[in-house]
Amino acid sequence: MSRDPIFRPWMDQLLKLLGAGAAVTGLYAVLMVYFGLSPKTLSAGYMPQQPVPYSHALHVGELGLDCRYCHTTVESAAFAAVPPTQTCINCHEKIAPTSHKLDPVRNSFVSGLPVQWIKVHDLPDYVYFNHSAHVTRGVSCVECHGRIDQMEEVHQVKPLSMGWCLGCHRNPASHLRPVDRVTDLDWGLDRTEEEKAAQGNEIMKGLGLIDESGLPTTRLTLLTNCSTCHR
Amino acid sequence: MKELLDKLGPILRPEFTGNAESPEIDNTAYSPDNRTPLLTGSDDNTTISDKVCQIVEQKPTIGWWMFFLLSFSVLGLLGVFVPFLIFWGVGTWGVNNPVGWGYAIVNFVFWIGIGHAGTLISAILFLFRQKWRTSINRAAEAMTIFAVICAGLFPGIHVGRAWFAYWMFPIPNQMELWPNFRSPLLWDVFAVGTYFTVSLMFWYMGMMPDLATLRDRAKHPLRKVVYGILAMGWTGSHRHWHVYERAYLLLAALATPLVLSVHSVVSFDFAVSQVAGWHSTIFPPYFVAGAIFSGFAMVMTLLVPARQFFGLKDVITLKHLENMNKIIMLTGMIVGYSYAQEFFIAWYSGVNVEKFAFINRAFGQYAWAYWIMVSCNVLSPQIFWFKKMRTSLVVMFIVSILVNIGMWFERFVIVVTSLANDYTPSAWDYYTPKLTDVAIMLGSFGLFFTLFALFCRFMPFVAMTELRGVLAAATHSTSTAPDDTSGKPAAGS
Repeated sequence: MSRDPIFRPWMDQLLKLLGAGAAVTGLYAVLMVYFGLSPKTLSAGYMPQQPVPYSHALHVGELGLDCRYCHTTVESAAFAAVPPTQTCINCHEKIAPTSHKLDPVRNSFVSGLPVQWIKVHDLPDYVYFNHSAHVTRGVSCVECHGRIDQMEEVHQVKPLSMGWCLGCHRNPASHLRPVDRVTDLDWGLDRTEEEKAAQGNEIMKGLGLIDESGLPTTRLTLLTNCSTCHR
Repeated sequence: MKELLDKLGPILRPEFTGNAESPEIDNTAYSPDNRTPLLTGSDDNTTISDKVCQIVEQKPTIGWWMFFLLSFSVLGLLGVFVPFLIFWGVGTWGVNNPVGWGYAIVNFVFWIGIGHAGTLISAILFLFRQKWRTSINRAAEAMTIFAVICAGLFPGIHVGRAWFAYWMFPIPNQMELWPNFRSPLLWDVFAVGTYFTVSLMFWYMGMMPDLATLRDRAKHPLRKVVYGILAMGWTGSHRHWHVYERAYLLLAALATPLVLSVHSVVSFDFAVSQVAGWHSTIFPPYFVAGAIFSGFAMVMTLLVPARQFFGLKDVITLKHLENMNKIIMLTGMIVGYSYAQEFFIAWYSGVNVEKFAFINRAFGQYAWAYWIMVSCNVLSPQIFWFKKMRTSLVVMFIVSILVNIGMWFERFVIVVTSLANDYTPSAWDYYTPKLTDVAIMLGSFGLFFTLFALFCRFMPFVAMTELRGVLAAATHSTSTAPDDTSGKPAAGS
């Protein structure tokens, strides 16, 4: 060894450097996967350009249209219907009849071919989601879609990841409100967390998710059953 | 036959210096006042290193190449059939309802079991100061590592969608989905993971002084660098030895419970379920005994030819082999007792399904597999009651092969018979493996033997530094011990 050493003292420093490099690389990879591939990064904020610059802020926020005026099936079906062109023409036959922004709508009305709206909140095909099941039990639109009434262009606010769904399915109390307030997107904003929980617990009792003493029932555990969402 | 071997010998095998060709010496006699030496050669501290190192330093022989290439071609089956399986899915296996666990689980349990002998030899025999372990522990530990690698292959492909195999581990994820912590399948992941890590550390750390010897003897610069890195700057100073011995003892203590725990957890895969024939409290000890049994048989299968081939007849002596045969006989009888006990408990429980499960095992549609298992595992080791048989290389090699076969069939019998005839007679079926099952099983043997062939070529096959403690020169006060070149403290310390 002493004749012609292959390994020299400076290599000890190199070894430390390599070790530190490996540790940093490992940490970097973990953080990149954890944050970079998270649906909060990849999915939330999605805002495709629609064929018509329809403003929810104007129609819902300022004019006060109810969600259900256009999305008619939301209370009775799994899918919240995207309105047909005729719904738009109900008003726009008289209002802004010459606006160029509405050209695609009038063309669609004449040709009979629907406007090609782009779906923003799109769950994977292996997920079963039912709008009526949520809306008729007091889960507001705002819980998943955010303040649509303030959006010029609709974009995805929540991650819509499985973990995010489960967050509510495991502990729904603070996400529930009286059924008649479901489409009031700005309702109850001043409630404290305690008030939300107290109100939610009453609703959960009404739905049979917890019993009179506040203990969870089988119905609540069914909310996190695999086949509730993956059928 | 013998003439043919004599002619082929010089071509196939390496030429060794020293007393490698020494005749077989019977050192199995036991007398308290005159203990026979563990090593039958007349090696001293220097020649013992020559003997072990030349396995690595000589050019690979035709014999080695033949063994390696044969194993490597069989390994090719894995290369073909694992991608085939991943592409087409587990439908290419013979598994279906009601037998959902086929060859993959059989092979997994088989390979995990094989590993146990290595840990027992390296850890438990070390703690009990069984000096005869020094000749065989290195190879047995290597066998453990390779067996666990083979075992690890099967859960990964058994999940069906191999790209989701990482779901076996509890990794935080956006789905907030976790493996079921109440499931023994998850405990398996931890048990096998721990086992592999500890075995690898133990094996590698124990090898460092020997790697340093190889480094110091290396002529080729590449060898100097590679063994140099692997030896991690080992100098053989007293400080190094002090730390090494202490760490080795700690690791041995850490590995000892693993000998018992790993296969206990594997047995829970069955015992925790509600299937008749599986749901049994005897499973953990019965599996552990079976694991040690099969592991020692595999050590025997590897070492009997290896000691001839590498000229280690006076290092891995008849005494070593005889001791292992005694363990095979003992654990074989524990396994046989467990088989009997299962029948007794089935009868004693008074549960009809349970009774049926065992009668069906022995006399049902898989009776052929059951009786292969019993004759190989229970009957064949009984021949070791005779010392002549215990010390006969041919007999012990044949028995070791039989035990390997028998222990594979034990897992087959447990997995398949209980599932094929469970609670619902209308669902009963007969499981037949398909080509993919058989090819992947053979491929795992190819992987095992390929890794072992590489180990023989590139790593110190026997723990040279430890051998110095049991040399005839070290154990007999009359002989003069030459200067210790490795820095190993005097024997007996």
